Amino acid sequence: MPDALPEPQSVDEVAAGLRGVGYLPGSSTALVSYLAAKLGKPVLVEGPAGVGKTELAKALARYLDRDLVRLQCYEGLDEAKALYEWNYRKQLLRIQAGTAGGGQAGWGEVQDDIFGEEFLLARPLMTAIASERPVVLLIDEIDKTDQEFEAMLLELLSDFQISIPELGRIAARSRPVVLLTSNNTRELTEALKRRCLYLWLDYPEHEQELAIVRLHTPDLDERIARRLVEIVDQVRELDLKKPPSIAESIDWARALLLLGAREIDADVFRATMSVIVKHRSDLDTVAARVGAKLAEPAVDAA
Amino acid sequence: MAPDPTPTPRSYAPIADEDPGGFAGQLLAFGEELREEGMALGTSELLDAFAALEHVGWHRQDRFREAMASTLAKSPEDRRVFELVFERFFFRAAEAQAARERIAEAPPGTIGGSEELALDLEALRAQIARALKDGDEGALRDLARLAIAAFGRGEGSGVLGVDVQRIRRALGLRTEPQPDLPPDDPRREGVPREQLRRFEQQLRRELERGLIQRTRSLPPKRPLSELDRALPTGPAQDLAQVHRVVAQLKRRLASQGHEQRGRKRHAHVDVRRTMRASLQSGGVPIELRYRPQRPRRPEIFVLCDVSTSVTSASTFFLSVLHALHDSFRKLRSFVFIERISEVTEVFEKERDFRAASEKISQDAGVADISGYTDYGRVWTEFLAEIEDELHPRATVIVLGDARTNGRPPREEVFAAICERAGRTFWLNPEPRLYWNYGDSVISAYARFCTAFECWRTDQLEDFVRALTRPT
Repeated sequence: MPDALPEPQSVDEVAAGLRGVGYLPGSSTALVSYLAAKLGKPVLVEGPAGVGKTELAKALARYLDRDLVRLQCYEGLDEAKALYEWNYRKQLLRIQAGTAGGGQAGWGEVQDDIFGEEFLLARPLMTAIASERPVVLLIDEIDKTDQEFEAMLLELLSDFQISIPELGRIAARSRPVVLLTSNNTRELTEALKRRCLYLWLDYPEHEQELAIVRLHTPDLDERIARRLVEIVDQVRELDLKKPPSIAESIDWARALLLLGAREIDADVFRATMSVIVKHRSDLDTVAARVGAKLAEPAVDAA
Repeated sequence: MAPDPTPTPRSYAPIADEDPGGFAGQLLAFGEELREEGMALGTSELLDAFAALEHVGWHRQDRFREAMASTLAKSPEDRRVFELVFERFFFRAAEAQAARERIAEAPPGTIGGSEELALDLEALRAQIARALKDGDEGALRDLARLAIAAFGRGEGSGVLGVDVQRIRRALGLRTEPQPDLPPDDPRREGVPREQLRRFEQQLRRELERGLIQRTRSLPPKRPLSELDRALPTGPAQDLAQVHRVVAQLKRRLASQGHEQRGRKRHAHVDVRRTMRASLQSGGVPIELRYRPQRPRRPEIFVLCDVSTSVTSASTFFLSVLHALHDSFRKLRSFVFIERISEVTEVFEKERDFRAASEKISQDAGVADISGYTDYGRVWTEFLAEIEDELHPRATVIVLGDARTNGRPPREEVFAAICERAGRTFWLNPEPRLYWNYGDSVISAYARFCTAFECWRTDQLEDFVRALTRPT
């Protein structure tokens, strides 16, 4: 297997590398990424929505300087869209061209021909293992698919090969780093979990989130950033339909920067709250629980 | 060293002399212990763990642990069990080995008594407070040992919990702010609860280590009790856990029915989608497409016992149900002790678990004289109140321990309710073991309904699944 790209040599190297491309890994994130690269095992990343599961795959691709191949899962996703599909139209053309040319091309010849690689449309999973250069393969939201699809993945994930009935076994040209993400909406099968390393990502610790926000909005006053992270923490404590994600914290920080806010007081909060809270009923809850506790602007102006 | 005054606590077992077979043996034993706690651990996972450890330095405990966890524990629940077992196992393994090889640290008594240290107590306090603020785990451990040496005074009381609290008080570590301290003292703002808990854990561990060293015997291995995984029962208990349970349930419910596709295929053919799919094969409908099955969205009446014996479990349960409100067509909740009272509104307004339970205890007015549950009367009142609204598509859920306090159970009225409603479930927050003991009359009611035992999160989940199962 050609693997010209340098492999990371230590956990700290991975951590530094990820940081270098703008992703601040938690302690276990760097370690599991390192193990994934070393052991060549897929990683199952679980955690609430918006903690940077997908972002991790993108950052890994940037850090390892590999292409990212992404397969977004959804209900009803099948082999034709994930693995490969025969190019019917082209096959049809080939057959017609054979007959139109008047030539009596033998049945066997045509058959061999139209089931060749030329007529195969590679879908993400196939692209990932057929690539000459190793890639990072992201299988996003695997829990959205059904169990049949999961079962189909097993061959790919453990042996990095795909069986196509007409062609036989297609082995990987390079070994991708595979990340599967799940929001844990259903229990994945034991067989799938068995083949993966497991990484649970949760909302980051206070300090880490602060660092993330500061990394993305370096111009924001540190005092405001700190306050912002505190408030987001409080909001996450509430029982909301959709708690704010890290990306939304960053969006909020940017909004505050744009508005030139000097303090997060009740007024600013009311005006910008919709950046982090996206449900009608959540807005009410947050306004009552968090907004009411903030200082009124009058106090600040004095 | 002075003769050892500590008596060996009775339940401690002397350390066996044989070695469990090196590092690999220890790891396998660890895997065995995880299995005992109910984790499904295959040989392939253990092999992965060994493979992972080849690439990760072992000298850092956090790395070692993460590497093991990522290969062995494959769900948040498993991870929690893993953490608990990891602590227990490696602490015991390391201590047993140390005792076997007769490695001992300098007894704490030798430094504890010296005078220059006594003078520096104030500095030590400040140092510990600072380390707590910075969250430096290694420093905390060292400081915990210093603190034991300084404040532990001899051999301690022999009860670890008491000693830990005594040392914590001596250090002046509190969660609430202490405004009378000088402004540069890190304790002034109060120590974060989480960090204080970590420090106490370190203290406890160091104390236990000392005890093992002195007595050369291991404390009994405490299996993780089912209670470690039990439902949150007190309103003061960790709200985050409630949120976790609820969030999980919500997501599971939202995706319910999807996973059933494929297994149960007796659904109706979806003509439109079948036609579309047939285009690929030139208009011949080779593949049939089916209409997805919709999960049932039942109309629900909940009756909750809120007498003192089950109150916390039932308020928790009610708040879970209301958090799941979206999944039900209509939900009405009642609480009862001797009488019955509707509390649907309280929960619609109040999303917070604690506030809701306070409100209920104040306003519901369900206790009459004795404060003991009177099931017979409750059934009669309930039937009178909503008899007309019960219909075969309605679901009635009763949450209670079925302890009648010697009053007549009136199961014939309950049977009438069950007959009118489509389905009736009984959730008993007591473990099945205690059913029908004492004044529990659950068997009288269980004849008419489906009874669930429900005191752990997974049982609650099973129940909610049963509740929304498409029929």
